[in-house]
Amino acid sequence: MVEQVRKLLDRKLKNALQLEQLRQTILNDKDSSRVTVSVCGGTGCRASGAQAVVDAFYEEIEKQELQVKIEFKETGCHGFCERGPVVVIGPEKIFYQHVKPEDVPEIIAQTVINGEIIRRLLYKHPATDEEITYESDLPFYKRQMRLILGTNGEIDPTDITQYIAAGGYSALSKAVLRMSPEKIINEITRSGLRGRGGGGFSTGRKWQSCRVAEGDIKYVLCNADEGDPGAYPDRSILEGNPHSVIEGMIIGAYAIGSNQGYIYVRNEYPLAVEHARIAIDQATDYGLLGENILGSGFDFKVTINKGGGAFVCGESSALIASLEGKVGEPKAKYVHMSEKGLWDRPSLLNNVKTWANIPLIINKGADWYTKIGTDGSKGTMIFSLVGKINNSGLVEVPMGITLREMIYEIGGGIPGGKKFKAIQTGGPSGGCIPEQYLDTPVDFDELKKLGSMMGSGGMIVMDEDNCMVDIARYFIDFLKGESCGKCTPCREGLSKLSEILNRITHGEGRPEDLETMQDIGEILDIGALCALGRTATNPVLSTIKYFKDEYIAHIRDKKCPAGVCRKLIEFSIDPEKCTGCGVCARACSTKAISGVKREPHVINQGMCIKCGACFDSCKFNAVIKR
Amino acid sequence: MTKYWISSETSVEINDAPDVNAVHFNVDDKNIMVSAGQTIYEALQRMPGIGEIPALCYNPAIRPYGACRLCTVEVSEDRGKSFRFVASCLYPAKEGQIVKTNTEKIRKLRKGIIELLLARCPDVRVIQELAKEYGVEKPRFSLGGHDCILCGLCVRACQEIIGKSAISLVNRGIYKEVAAPFYAYELGEECIGCGDCSYVCPTGAIIMGSNGKPVLPRVKIPYAEVGAMTSKEKLSTSQK
Repeated sequence: MVEQVRKLLDRKLKNALQLEQLRQTILNDKDSSRVTVSVCGGTGCRASGAQAVVDAFYEEIEKQELQVKIEFKETGCHGFCERGPVVVIGPEKIFYQHVKPEDVPEIIAQTVINGEIIRRLLYKHPATDEEITYESDLPFYKRQMRLILGTNGEIDPTDITQYIAAGGYSALSKAVLRMSPEKIINEITRSGLRGRGGGGFSTGRKWQSCRVAEGDIKYVLCNADEGDPGAYPDRSILEGNPHSVIEGMIIGAYAIGSNQGYIYVRNEYPLAVEHARIAIDQATDYGLLGENILGSGFDFKVTINKGGGAFVCGESSALIASLEGKVGEPKAKYVHMSEKGLWDRPSLLNNVKTWANIPLIINKGADWYTKIGTDGSKGTMIFSLVGKINNSGLVEVPMGITLREMIYEIGGGIPGGKKFKAIQTGGPSGGCIPEQYLDTPVDFDELKKLGSMMGSGGMIVMDEDNCMVDIARYFIDFLKGESCGKCTPCREGLSKLSEILNRITHGEGRPEDLETMQDIGEILDIGALCALGRTATNPVLSTIKYFKDEYIAHIRDKKCPAGVCRKLIEFSIDPEKCTGCGVCARACSTKAISGVKREPHVINQGMCIKCGACFDSCKFNAVIKR
Repeated sequence: MTKYWISSETSVEINDAPDVNAVHFNVDDKNIMVSAGQTIYEALQRMPGIGEIPALCYNPAIRPYGACRLCTVEVSEDRGKSFRFVASCLYPAKEGQIVKTNTEKIRKLRKGIIELLLARCPDVRVIQELAKEYGVEKPRFSLGGHDCILCGLCVRACQEIIGKSAISLVNRGIYKEVAAPFYAYELGEECIGCGDCSYVCPTGAIIMGSNGKPVLPRVKIPYAEVGAMTSKEKLSTSQK
């Protein structure tokens, strides 16, 4: 397809008309009698085996010579990662979940050719057992507003013509040919868009200060160094729709007067790197990047720079140091980056999600955009909803939706009928929000009030089986390992916090520990050099605030109420319930369980390593964890 | 007419006319006038008695770095409506700003940082003295056995003043340390033995060896932290 159009075109696009003609050609060429079959090729589905499903489709289509009947594509992330690999068929979007390669011939024979539904591949509503056929009817998608992620499931990210067919690059042609830089910045400012990387600074104001900054050379940067454990919105956009990010960057570059852009992306995201590279090459081929873009006289180039794997490089000044080839350490930002950034020149750095919002705002206008969201936070936000939740995946919701709606309506509640305990928003330096605040609307300012933050879009749900002290310990250990070690409060403070939390979870907590940790929290909050250090104590301070009783149980009573901290729990066997089947004794790796067959067994506490194998293996709930 | 202090003893009375070569601002309720283009810390260095700011990673000959955070002060640029915490060694002195160098919060922050530093380096005299001054008796944490506070002065002196870059800071977080190229601890040809690193070191962690080259501080990782190390890291520590 690409090759056909390229031959037809055989030249770079020189003006807006040619872009529209190309779009029409692609749309006219499209055979509407062909059935579209799209397989999710996002990282989540790939991990569940989507590549084998894709190969099976190619093989089957070739074997039955169905190329004229089926339009097959491997798309970006559809969002519903829990149910991967996901296959979506036809314009009506029949949704098949957990598809295996052996299901493929049946899908082609029944659904694609005969239009019949294969019921065993459908999503079943967990509460009502009702089978749901179409994607739009799934409760997971119903409450979402997929302005940015929506295109992910429609296009093959490695084929620019599909992005153009979906209306891509029309915002670019509108911006560079029909709008002045001032008008673009005004539009972005009016839209109320705030930085999606976590800072929440007004994007329009950032652009304006970069536009007025003195300097002949300016840079446009895209922050795709997403290192939060459990968060992957940036990854999925760059993998599934890289052109939207590039289009946003070109518009930003035109608005501030820059000719060079960089995408700083984690090396651990190979698919995102590859797709971004293909997208840049294709956009350059089509004259949408490079010299004299669409005949406007404006030149812009984008280069990909791969990160070295440090979490702190997502911080703007560390990212710039890393781009310059220096050690990725933050610097004090008393002079704004929009005046002195990369190589001391004015630089405009935005997150992947922020860039992806730009074409949307230019196309549909600031007035339309301000209708979505709350007073202080406009538009939609993409979260990765993970943890103890039924429907884990990527969700895009309008700002202002409540946490309860996200967890119970989109997320489908907590698995196994367990009780909700807390939700952590904003990545490792976010706070844990308890049940009583679930009706809080999700926006930048409201989350901050609760001692948490919007961050880059991580949301981790925890249930009654999670120990909050252990959660705080996990995140502090992560941040301790990722601290660059430049400033004293962060380097020494986090290592001491980790020491104290490890001691508490080992049953060696001291009564004064809570106060000590709060003191360290204060030092980091006002003393640390960069945002990593300043927000690092959120997980500790918020858990102390909302779950103090758990800390007290660990410190004073030497008990872990959730049964997580191994040093504080004890396994025993209930003689009433034990049938003497011996399964636990066989599961025990240290041979700590003994007993006569068909008689209650006992655990030798001296030999028990508290691995929990007996607890998991017992079918009669006779093993007690205390 | 307003009275401005131009050194710790001398004051002048001038009209509040803008002067492009001077910056007028307020430090701890005293109006001062300094030449433009300095940081707050630099400006106050020349005025002993006005403002009290300790610092460990600062040296007038080397570009400021902002690592020790002891020089943190509160600054207001809206006539005292709101204050924020900044490192005075990096923050420029600006016309009309209000600086507080010794508020309760600042003293608490410095005390906390000193407590953390004392836990890292319990045997270093300069830190013991600071601890006495700020009322830190015994750190509430496990004690380490370091001499180096990772202020980076040695590395920056070697790079900026000598132009050799024979040593640098390697690794990150609690594993950060000063080392020679290729993570070696013995200095070779690249070091000219000038001794600058040893001279600028605030804690005396670098001494000159008998071969005319500096002996780098070895990081002694406390036991509690060893528990969190991977086996590979333990191996490399034990080999030191």
